[in-house]
Amino acid sequence: MHSLNFDIAHMLAGSLVLVSFMQLYQDRLYALLNIFALHALVLAASVAWQAFIQDAPHLYVTAAIALIFKAIVIPIALHRIIVRLGIHREIETVVGVGPAMLLGMGLVALSMVVMLRVTAQADPLAREDLAFALSVVLLGLLMMVTRRNAVSQVIGFMSLENGLVLAATGAKGMPLVVEISVAFSVLIAFIVIGIFLFRIRERFDTVDLQALDKFRGERE
Amino acid sequence: MKFDALTGILLIPAVAAALLAALPGYRLTARLNVLAALATFLTACSLFVVQPTSGPYLLVDDLNKVFIVLTTFVGFTTSAFSASYIGHEIEIGRLKLGFVRFYHAMYQVLMFAMNLALVANNIGLMWVAIEMATLTTVLMVGIYRTHEALEAAWKYFILGSVGIALALFGTILVYMAARPVIGEGLYAMVWTVLVAHAANFDPALLNVAFVFLLLGYGTKVGLAPLHAWLPDAHAEGPTPISAVLSGLLLNVALYALLRFKMLLALNPAAIAPGPLMVTMGLISCVFAAFMLYRRRDIKRMFAYSSIEHMGIIVFAFGMGGGLANFAGLLHMTMHSLTKSAIFFAVGHISQVKGTQKIADMGGLTATNPLLGWGLVLGVVAIAGLPPLGIFMSEFLVVSSTFARQPWLAVILVFGILIALGGLFLRLNTIAFGEPRGPTAPAQASYVPMFAHLALVFTAGLYMPPALVTGFENVAKLLG
Repeated sequence: MHSLNFDIAHMLAGSLVLVSFMQLYQDRLYALLNIFALHALVLAASVAWQAFIQDAPHLYVTAAIALIFKAIVIPIALHRIIVRLGIHREIETVVGVGPAMLLGMGLVALSMVVMLRVTAQADPLAREDLAFALSVVLLGLLMMVTRRNAVSQVIGFMSLENGLVLAATGAKGMPLVVEISVAFSVLIAFIVIGIFLFRIRERFDTVDLQALDKFRGERE
Repeated sequence: MKFDALTGILLIPAVAAALLAALPGYRLTARLNVLAALATFLTACSLFVVQPTSGPYLLVDDLNKVFIVLTTFVGFTTSAFSASYIGHEIEIGRLKLGFVRFYHAMYQVLMFAMNLALVANNIGLMWVAIEMATLTTVLMVGIYRTHEALEAAWKYFILGSVGIALALFGTILVYMAARPVIGEGLYAMVWTVLVAHAANFDPALLNVAFVFLLLGYGTKVGLAPLHAWLPDAHAEGPTPISAVLSGLLLNVALYALLRFKMLLALNPAAIAPGPLMVTMGLISCVFAAFMLYRRRDIKRMFAYSSIEHMGIIVFAFGMGGGLANFAGLLHMTMHSLTKSAIFFAVGHISQVKGTQKIADMGGLTATNPLLGWGLVLGVVAIAGLPPLGIFMSEFLVVSSTFARQPWLAVILVFGILIALGGLFLRLNTIAFGEPRGPTAPAQASYVPMFAHLALVFTAGLYMPPALVTGFENVAKLLG
């Protein structure tokens, strides 16, 4: 049962979780961006491998989107935004690196416990994939929660979506509808984000959400 | 593809959106917007006459017919309100003409997305439609480009995306549960097929899937621990959008949740989804009721009132059974009509007063009697006083709960009463007493507001038997 196919898929999905962890402790935007590109690259490799072992050629499209769009286009675009906004300084984290890593480990353990127990009847490849995918999703969430900077929140959101793509491709034979929709949503999300960042820039000198947070109509 | 009402309710908004994006000016496009919404509504009504056949992608059954007609109706009346509201916003220069074109196109895209979510027979397609609806409202919430509007839109976007991401994970898990039974491919994501085979799915996977779906779509419904986006989005966007958000989009997310609840209910080994929904509903209701007290912004106050009512509705559906489902359905309809009527009034009031701060409003019934009494009537209705429609539905929810779980009913009544106190405290300042702020007569369109209120009033006194049987059928369907 534990063939080479399985081992490689396992390794790639595991690496994705590892890269998610690497994102957690980056405290500079450029470095974070590079790690995100790596994240997308690992995802592309993982999806391509799934396409190969499932003999599902349409998954190559998803892999290509991950590679071209997420690993190349978006990091470059975000890089330019960072340069233009002049915010390549340190990221403020709400929670320190240590607690964030501990929380992350807790989340991964949680997703392993939940998913592996629940999917006892599913085939081993799918269940490992799902468990890793949930870990990536939760780590992405954690990153969105622990960062205050708009750009790093966006990166957190995109790594969360990477986890979803991993889950969708791991579910064997899932209709193409979903892959298109995921890629599509990433596209839209990026457009929206881009618009937002520029609009925020139009009005303010910072994309720090803490600065956006100060007015709430209700607060004395 | 042959043209029927089902394609109609999707095609009309789509074509209208394209047209509105291309046409300049304001007067013509506002009228076109109303016209398109009316055409969609009439097409939706024809669903009751001729039932189109359902395919692997689209579906019409008794459950979504109710939602579709409600959505298109409120969509139509809101477009009529929006025409006069936006006219005023352009006059005072708060909204630029260029954005109006964008606004109208987005309005139709939103209608399209909501209709698509309601008629989708495919859990993937439904997810895409709900995401699309979310993104369009995000863009509309931020349309004023003020500090607060951008913050609200950003917050809505981030929280909405997280919710929608969790919902997708849940959707994938449902597919995983269905695959061994139905087989790979398209049909393992089709509602009608899923429902037919739900009893044989792996219960453990379904359980986890439902938790994700409840958290994901629950964020969009505005359930209590996940509601943070809702008050900001309601307060900072244009008022027609607040009306559509409260009256419709929350319902669409709820509809998705109900579909999955039905799926779970069909599997005997899966957890009962009811208690989870009951808990979240109660928390939302009581929490939002207390939050009503310290509001200073009129739109935020009614946003919290929406959370409260969504809590009651989710509670009713969570209790389940014929009577509670009937009550939930009725309450949802009444809440949509009443809350959008209130937002119509609030929109014009804040235009007259030039502010949304409650402290700067006063004595409205004396200075602007129609608006003032319209608001009073709306608040009386939303607070659940007899003889209006919401009293009926709340009474049904409470009495059906008393028969089964008296303690839960006590908590629910407590929440409703607290909310009533909060609403009337504020209403007193706004509608009565010394006039405050500018008192210029409003250039308002009163028809949509009073039409909604008249419907709510009539429903409180008399429900046509056809409507009652219709709702009863749907309630049975919900299990």
